[in-house]
Amino acid sequence: MSVLVILEQRDGKWNRLSFEALAAARAIAEAVGGSVNAALLGAQTESLANEAAKCKVEKVFVINDPLLAQYTPEGYTAALQQLIEAVHPKVVVFPHTYQVRDFAPKLSTRFGRPLISDVVSVKTSDGRAMFVRQLFQGKLSADVHSSGDPQFVSIQAGTFRATEPGDQAGSVEKFPAKLDASQIRSKPEQPFREAQRSVDLTAANVIVSVGRGIKEKDNLPVVEELAKALGAELAASRPICDNGWLPMERQVGSSGQTVAPKVYFAVGISGAIQHLVGMKGSKTIVAINKDESAPIFETADYGIVGDLFEVVPALVEEIKKSKA
Amino acid sequence: MKIIVSVKQVPARDSALRVNNDGKWLDESDLSYEMNEPDAYALEEALQLREKLGGEVVVVCAGPQRATQTIREALAKGADRAIHVEIAEGPALDALATARLLAKAAQSESPDLILTGLQSDDLGYGQTGVIVAELLGFSHATIVMEVEPQDGTVRVKRELEDGWFQHVVLPLPVVLTIQSGIKKLRYATLMGIKKAKTKEVKTIAASELEADASSSAAMDQVYLPQRSKQTQILTGNSKEVAHQLVEKLKFEARVL
Ligand SMILES: Cc1cc2nc3c(=O)[nH]c(=O)nc-3n(C[C@H](O)[C@H](O)[C@H](O)COP(=O)(O)OP(=O)(O)OC[C@H]3O[C@@H](n4cnc5c(N)ncnc54)[C@H](O)[C@@H]3O)c2cc1C
Ligand SMILES: Nc1ncnc2c1ncn2[C@@H]1O[C@H](COP(=O)(O)O)[C@@H](O)[C@H]1O
Repeated sequence: MSVLVILEQRDGKWNRLSFEALAAARAIAEAVGGSVNAALLGAQTESLANEAAKCKVEKVFVINDPLLAQYTPEGYTAALQQLIEAVHPKVVVFPHTYQVRDFAPKLSTRFGRPLISDVVSVKTSDGRAMFVRQLFQGKLSADVHSSGDPQFVSIQAGTFRATEPGDQAGSVEKFPAKLDASQIRSKPEQPFREAQRSVDLTAANVIVSVGRGIKEKDNLPVVEELAKALGAELAASRPICDNGWLPMERQVGSSGQTVAPKVYFAVGISGAIQHLVGMKGSKTIVAINKDESAPIFETADYGIVGDLFEVVPALVEEIKKSKA
Repeated sequence: MKIIVSVKQVPARDSALRVNNDGKWLDESDLSYEMNEPDAYALEEALQLREKLGGEVVVVCAGPQRATQTIREALAKGADRAIHVEIAEGPALDALATARLLAKAAQSESPDLILTGLQSDDLGYGQTGVIVAELLGFSHATIVMEVEPQDGTVRVKRELEDGWFQHVVLPLPVVLTIQSGIKKLRYATLMGIKKAKTKEVKTIAASELEADASSSAAMDQVYLPQRSKQTQILTGNSKEVAHQLVEKLKFEARVL
């Protein structure tokens, strides 16, 4: 076997990034030769495993254990260590989810191996896979290879098109992992959500989103004017909310809201992946940034390279004019 | 409570990044540096815990000689002392190699708590803290928003995806990777800056630590990402681009 992809579910529901990781695993298998197997952990995952088996994999290993009902880094690491030792994959592929961030480095360390995290594409070099990952929040790319097996890689969200189920199904095989409650030191409580949000950005047609380029809280009226002229909701990148300049509920991104308005204005936002995942479904994206190499321009439909303090007021005036 | 905070020095945000001649790392000649942002929050959390519970805050930093500037900043904000693991300038280490150095340096201190940032702004591995925990046999939690020490344990609030959170209780000693923005950061006072000059900084060469600090994930090449999307970049003065954009939004995208 060559490539083992670790799928993710919680309470019987898929994390959809699993299927993007599956697609990446297939690309890696093509590069290094061999087949793709998958693994799924939980307490009761047979029906999900049957679904996954239809996604162009040879086999899905299911590790079911009451101790895996709730995720813990110790439980997941112990179970997967046993599977990897039993089946000897050349490459182990994860979706780059928060859960994977929590345990995959622990697992790869058990094998004395580095994890190549946040991979955005795969190349081949001398029969081995070469992985492309981003540095500096997307401002730079790096080709990374690691010597020795197994290789551990995690796949960034939105970089591979999710594998769709087909007609042919691979097999599903139970893998009995030996787990011991005493190994599990962290005691997780039930996940919860904070109080209801009073702002529903998902309903907005137009969003003006502001980032650290605004420099100071006192400059916010610059973008508030734009939002007013457009009849738009105001939103922000994480640092703006971290600083308390705008309330948390206006944050867009992986730890904020996911929005898909008709128009999304990214003003002074660099375009880190955690922000992009929250807004890249927008119909039209406008980016205003003074740095022409800012990653946001890769996602935008229209880009203006310039100082927001000049561009935004000019834009407000043009909009008012066009509405008059 | 004895707390170690790992603090990394990274190129300042908004730096213009240029690849060096061999194409394997950056041209560092005209970069300026600062403390990795999440580490500033890890330090703040550590200082507040010490103020509440007493104990000591020790900063650990692996980096070339220039990193002393960031270490001094951490001391000026109130850390008690520091360990500087000195590594050569040049291509970055992988997370495993860095973690081996940090773990060795931390081990002799027998800390109750190790706080790291959740991610470095330059390499963005998002791994170092978790690996340190595994190497030391400590428990760990990532993307931590709140830290409540209890008797022999710590209860933390973790951030999950899509607005979900979770509390987890962990036995000490523990490694926590701290999310940005969880507390308001303090500034170094003049007094603090003065005092920092007298605080202990122990410098250890990486080679003295007897840790395997060779990277097995090597960067073969670094480069500016190729653009694949056909973004329309509007050009002209502010008034011109504003006018063009309004036209495009009206007649091309039909969204105004
Ligand atoms: C686990 C995790 C979860 C996260 N969740 C989120 C999330 O939900 N949402 C989120 O947004 N981030 C999130 N982040 C943070 C994310 O990685 C970035 O740090 C953040 O999005 C950066 O915000 P920014 O673009 O406003 O700031 P920066 O990256 O600092 O960018 C500021 C930009 O403004 C530009 N600029 C500066 N001055 C001007 C000017 N005068 N005119 C025009 N442009 C100017 C600069 O060129 C730069 O591109 C998360 C990170 C992690 C690790
Ligand atoms: N060279 C270093 N010196 C000190 N701490 C580091 C170093 N590299 C990484 N860290 C810590 O590990 C965290 C995660 O880094 P990374 O795994 O590179 O994303 C950082 O926020 C730091 O707290």
